[in-house]
Amino acid sequence: MAQLNLPCDETTIRALRVGEPALLSGRIITGRDTAHHWLVGAYREEVAPYLQGSIIYHCGPVVRKNADGTYDFVAAGPTTSAREEPYQADVIGRYGVRGVIGKGGMFDKTRKGLVQHGAVYLHAVGGTAQSLARAVVRVERVFKLEEFGVPEAMWVIEVKDFPTVVTMDANGGSLHETIAEGSKAVLQKLLGLTSKAG
Amino acid sequence: MKDFEQWTKLLVDVIARATAQLPEDVTRAIRQGRTHEAEGSLAAMALDAVLKNAELACTDKAPMCQDTGVPIFWIHHPVGVSTGMLSKACAEAVRQATAQNLLRENAVDTLTGKNTGNGYAPSIPSVHCEEWDRPETKVQLLLKGGGCENTSAQYSLPDTKLGADRNLEGARRVVLDAVFQAQGKGCGPGILGVCLGGDRGTGYLEAKYQLLRHLDDHNPTPELDAMETRILDEANQLGIGPMGFGGKTTLLGVKIGTLGRVPASYFVSIAYLCWAARRAGAVVAANGDVTWLS
Repeated sequence: MAQLNLPCDETTIRALRVGEPALLSGRIITGRDTAHHWLVGAYREEVAPYLQGSIIYHCGPVVRKNADGTYDFVAAGPTTSAREEPYQADVIGRYGVRGVIGKGGMFDKTRKGLVQHGAVYLHAVGGTAQSLARAVVRVERVFKLEEFGVPEAMWVIEVKDFPTVVTMDANGGSLHETIAEGSKAVLQKLLGLTSKAG
Repeated sequence: MKDFEQWTKLLVDVIARATAQLPEDVTRAIRQGRTHEAEGSLAAMALDAVLKNAELACTDKAPMCQDTGVPIFWIHHPVGVSTGMLSKACAEAVRQATAQNLLRENAVDTLTGKNTGNGYAPSIPSVHCEEWDRPETKVQLLLKGGGCENTSAQYSLPDTKLGADRNLEGARRVVLDAVFQAQGKGCGPGILGVCLGGDRGTGYLEAKYQLLRHLDDHNPTPELDAMETRILDEANQLGIGPMGFGGKTTLLGVKIGTLGRVPASYFVSIAYLCWAARRAGAVVAANGDVTWLS
């Protein structure tokens, strides 16, 4: 079990391996579809310091606004990462991001980006929004709330012992690719297809 | 007969149950799956996390998943109940549940990209009313998350690549392909609602309706019942496992229904549901007494 304190450096990230559970503590930032599109549109100076050396969490939380103007995360599990595939590698490279948390894995462009820039893909267990909201100990601030809405806004949060698994590492390894290849072979056998036809 | 406010209150309660309480049959199936996974495996870790999360959500009466999805209501009602009133009550219940953080602000104007902020937009919630010849009203709700909705699939048979003809064997082949294509993206272990026949619209709706069935029920049509068992067994041989981490628990259930079709079409519609199978319902007797559905 790796303990990852954020922000962190490239050496720490490059030591992580596919299949390794990792507990995250420190400051991270949420970002999903609208945010990624916005981040690649231009260099966004206001959020850049929060991205440097940290992790983007693919998450659209349920958030409670308190009477004193502060916020709490009520439910906060990962969303499907595949939608960020066109942007992820560019966002990682441009802002010095050390990884992303999401679910379902990502594909070749991101995998190359992880290797090139020294970053990882961390998988949280989808749907476990209550457990994961409890690992969010503080909401520090939020960017683009009015414009993007609650799920798509970029929430700067502090997490403690946030549970993930490394499923794509900075050395080109991908659990998702391994599982896809294995399951494809079984499918072809079940359907009596040759690998060429499948 | 209940009025608009009473219906709205009841529907908020249905939403509150659906968002926070994992149905017992689903919990049982996840526990059963857990016994098949190796100790210390990522699959076991994922299922343990899912079960712990279900307990927390139930205790706190809070959303088990932050993507509270599209609320889909099916309402069977006796003669004389206004479907317009029921539809409005569903929409108002979604607004109130969103304000109470039982649902996420989850409706976006597709043209402007703006979140409406109150959970409501055209077709959200999705409400399907049908009159029946009984005195009571039955309300059933499914909160269908976006991640699993994105992995749903529809095939038009025949499918040459998969060797799928217009028959049950062809349907089996495309359903297994859909499970393979979904990998871990739909938050497995998943539940499949399948419809054979119908058109592209009715097929998907019937596939989703199948998701209201209990996992341990039996299809009244013997050949479909056998097919449900076979596909579940075969899908769990694929090795995709919980969250796509690898393992034996890829699906928790397969439920198959049929609709008529025109001679030119043979659709197989597959609605993938995540493990967070947020389903709830109630039967309201003519005198207003409420019985909760499990």
